[in-house]
Amino acid sequence: MARVAVTVPASAKRGEVIEIKTLAAHVMETGFRRTQTGELLPRDIITDFVCTYNGVEVFRAELHQAVAANPLIAFTTVATESGTLEFKWTGDNGYVATHKAELKIV
Amino acid sequence: MTTRRQFLALACGTLAASELRAQLDPNIQAKRKAALDAAISKVVGDAPVRAGKVKLDVPPLIDNGNTVPITVTVDSPMTAASYVKAIHIFTEKNPQPYVITAHLGPRAGRATLSTRARIADTGRVIAIAQLSDGSYWSDTVSVIVTLSACLEDGLI
Repeated sequence: MARVAVTVPASAKRGEVIEIKTLAAHVMETGFRRTQTGELLPRDIITDFVCTYNGVEVFRAELHQAVAANPLIAFTTVATESGTLEFKWTGDNGYVATHKAELKIV
Repeated sequence: MTTRRQFLALACGTLAASELRAQLDPNIQAKRKAALDAAISKVVGDAPVRAGKVKLDVPPLIDNGNTVPITVTVDSPMTAASYVKAIHIFTEKNPQPYVITAHLGPRAGRATLSTRARIADTGRVIAIAQLSDGSYWSDTVSVIVTLSACLEDGLI
């Protein structure tokens, strides 16, 4: 269920600005749509996204219904040291997805 | 005794009335504007929002409102002394105005954010950036939506 895709360069120079692209497979049901019988479909979205770099938070986002299905979030960070980038998505109905990526400084 | 003409007039009147009721709330525009203003003032408080520094990149003509690529870039050196704290994106015509709020810091390197949004109707998209010195800057783009998100796929 919790499928995600993250693009991070495998290695970077120290001080280089790297671009990170993240994608999470999620319907992002808005809670405004109805079924054919007129019942409201309950809201089911990803509400928070956090990226930590060696345990330090570098990027955080709050998502709302107006973010398209399978939310794409692209941002940048400075490659300071070799280590792990951790990504965490949390949402309605206990949705949690995590991903780890290694970054090497050359 | 009801004549045919009277019957037709009555039937048409009832039909027209029910048609009207089925349509959207007549105050929908005022309500959406109030919701947008409330959402923005919740973010910025009483601080003035100035135009500039922010570049909002949205296609001006949107074929499919369900996935609209949005890129926000803010002109900032992104140093420990001067950086972008947060980027907020709002839409004018959606049932609720929030799209995304991103919290950045000096470690971001560049003040840029890309995402994909749903846009319900032809209207404005607004990006507001909060800088580390407490000032707010914004950019607004008017977009035309041909296939709306939210409405067309109301029935599934």
